[in-house]
Amino acid sequence: MSGAMRTVKVVLPYHLRTLAKVGAEVEVEVAEPVTVRRVLDALENSYPMLRGTIRDHETQKRRPFLRFFACEQDLSHDATDAPLPDEVVTGKEPLLIIGAIAGG
Amino acid sequence: MSTVRVLVGTRKGAFILTSDGKRKDWQVSEPLFTGWEIYHLKGSPADPNRLFASQCSGWFGQQIQRSDDGGVNWEPVGNKFTYDGVPGTHQWYDGTAHPWEFKRVWHLEPSLADPDLVYAGVEDAALFKSSDGGATWEELAGLRGHDTGPHWQPGAGGMCLHTIILDPADAGRMYIAISAAGAFRTDDGGKNWKPINKGLVSNFIPNPTAEVGHCVHHVAMHRERPGVLFMQKHWDVMRSDNAGESWQEVSGNLPTDFGFAIDVHAHEPETLYVVPIKSDSEHFPLEGKLRVYRSRTGGNEWEALTKGLPQKDCYVNVLRDAMAVDSLDECGVYFGTTGGQVYASADAGDNWTPIVRDLPAVLSVEVQTLA
Repeated sequence: MSGAMRTVKVVLPYHLRTLAKVGAEVEVEVAEPVTVRRVLDALENSYPMLRGTIRDHETQKRRPFLRFFACEQDLSHDATDAPLPDEVVTGKEPLLIIGAIAGG
Repeated sequence: MSTVRVLVGTRKGAFILTSDGKRKDWQVSEPLFTGWEIYHLKGSPADPNRLFASQCSGWFGQQIQRSDDGGVNWEPVGNKFTYDGVPGTHQWYDGTAHPWEFKRVWHLEPSLADPDLVYAGVEDAALFKSSDGGATWEELAGLRGHDTGPHWQPGAGGMCLHTIILDPADAGRMYIAISAAGAFRTDDGGKNWKPINKGLVSNFIPNPTAEVGHCVHHVAMHRERPGVLFMQKHWDVMRSDNAGESWQEVSGNLPTDFGFAIDVHAHEPETLYVVPIKSDSEHFPLEGKLRVYRSRTGGNEWEALTKGLPQKDCYVNVLRDAMAVDSLDECGVYFGTTGGQVYASADAGDNWTPIVRDLPAVLSVEVQTLA
């Protein structure tokens, strides 16, 4: 069962901002419990061009060069159905989607 | 007055170069899709203002972008490339079985007649088709399902389907090429495929004349003679006069017959262009001299074209999809280099000038001749 709707802030890496034609931070409406999976579902519904860019179309696995950070924690290896920190749920802190620093 | 639009894909974005029919003064667009690898852009022959671009990134995967106004505005369309059924395996570099995995789109080939129809050649090698302007994609699985599929192996650049040629005289016929499987032809719109590699000799594979396993780098065709094909193989320049049923070597007097790019003059079906590269170990021109070679005899007899091209200290490469011709009365020839130059000749190769010198490494060049 889905609970109350929450407004969650998400910070995208530069190349996904240009792809989606948005600023650094976007807000999405997510039903509780707020999890990485639900945030990404909402994000992809609002911005369909992001499908396949953060997680695989089929397996839904996070792409290997991306990480999920929030509240100074690396959440990348947590279960995608685990509840996000309260600060993210209440909109005080964003969920950060980070691209690995690599390449030339 | 005609307009020429040169579509350039690079390691770090795309650029559109525009000139009038004189091809002397060029406007260079602002970079498009900055920071992304643009393997290929191509316009629809049926609607020249409809352009498709393959945009990809090691971080964020594949996008297909489409413009309906000649490249001013772009919108991402469908990026879901799912192999038909259970993907199965092909051979890995070490000969072990390796699952088919989608990596990127190397080449987009819009239909000659239908602006909503476009084909995509992908890595790991497969052919996809979109009938809705790129919004959704389905695999033409008969190719990968060929009996030889499990034996295909990647070349050094990956197992990519990099060449798609549509036969203007026969809507059911198309040719594709895969590194390092070889060339294939369908006569029924992509349901069934036939390897067309008879006559190719590749000394780097166990059986040099095997049915598949050849590292074909690129194939070109003149639209008025769709049964005649020209191929730049890993080594050797080849031609076929029977729709790929058999091939003959036409390297002739080339100083080296290794290379990637090959194309045909717009109005002279026996005039070919290649850019010889020193070897498979040293991907740059011989002696540091950038030379396009032209044959006016369908191969075998080649002349070096050097006017306006650097003749010392040049160590760039010209990749397989980085040469194209326009269709103006005096045929223009264009190519891009891994050093970021795009060279143009408005007189069929006799004289060359750089349109731009300092782009990111050029992956592809296509040309549109607009009325």
